Amino acid sequence: MAISFDNALGVHAQALEARVKRAEVLANNLANADTPGYKARDVDFQAMMQKAQQSVSGFEMAKTDDGHMDTSTESASGDLLYRTPHQPSLDGNTVDAQQEQSRFMRNAMDYQASFQFLSSKFSGLTKAIKGE
Amino acid sequence: MSLGSIFDIAGSGMTAQSLRLNTTASNIANAETASSSTEETYRARKPVFAAIQQSMLNPDQQNLGMGGQQGPGAGVRVEGVVESQADLQMRYEPQHPAANEEGYVFYPNVNVVEEMADMMSSSRSYQMNVDIMNTAKSMMQRILTLGQQ
Repeated sequence: MAISFDNALGVHAQALEARVKRAEVLANNLANADTPGYKARDVDFQAMMQKAQQSVSGFEMAKTDDGHMDTSTESASGDLLYRTPHQPSLDGNTVDAQQEQSRFMRNAMDYQASFQFLSSKFSGLTKAIKGE
Repeated sequence: MSLGSIFDIAGSGMTAQSLRLNTTASNIANAETASSSTEETYRARKPVFAAIQQSMLNPDQQNLGMGGQQGPGAGVRVEGVVESQADLQMRYEPQHPAANEEGYVFYPNVNVVEEMADMMSSSRSYQMNVDIMNTAKSMMQRILTLGQQ
C-alpha cells in the first residue's frame, strides 16, 4: 500500500502555505506603510482553510468538459480583502504599522505551530516506516 | 512557498526608506544654503512612493484565476524625487556676500522640523522592514529543518 502524503499530513501542509501567503500580504502592507493611497490588505484565513479542507475531503466539482470553469482551489489561495481602517490618514493610506506588525508576529507564531504539527507528522511517518 | 518574495518586498521597502532618509539628509544639510536668485536656490526634495502590483512583475500570472489586481503586491517603489514648490524664504541681509541688488538673500524652503519628523518616520519604517526580513529568515530556516530529527 502506497503512502498518501495528502492523507498522512492532513491539513497542516495547507495551513503552513496559507500562513506563508498571509505573511507575504502583511509584509507588503508594511513595506507600503508610507505609500500615499495604499490600502492595507489581508486574507481571510478561515475561508482559506475551509477551501483547503474541502479539497482534502474530496467534495469537489468534477471537470468533465474543457469549457467548465475551474473551481478547484489551487492549494491555498484566498481572496485578498481590504482592511477597515481605524484611523485613516489624509493621504489615503490605511496601513496601521503597529497593528500590521503585531499581526505579522502573530502569523509567524501560528506558522511555527503549524510547522510543529507538520514536523511531528513526518517523524510519525518515519517511525512507522522503521517499525520502531 | 513564496517566502522568498518577502525578502524582495522588505528589501524594496528598505531601499525606499533609505532613499527617503537620503533626501532628508540632503535637505537638512542644505537648509541654510543661501543664494542670490530664486533659480539657484536649493529646494526641498521629496521622494514619491508607489505600490508595486505583482501583475507588473509577472504578467503571465494575470490569468491564473486570481486576477491581475488581486495579487498580494510586491513591495514599494520610488516613482521619482520631486522638488517642493513651496515659497522660498527671502531675507533682507545686505551685508551677505550673496545678496542681490536690493539686498535680499534667498534661503531654501526646507522646514527643518518637518524634516526631522520625516527622518524619524523613515528610520522607524526601515527598522520595521528589517524585522520583517529577520522573521521571514527564521521562518525559512525552520522550513529547511522539516523532517530532521
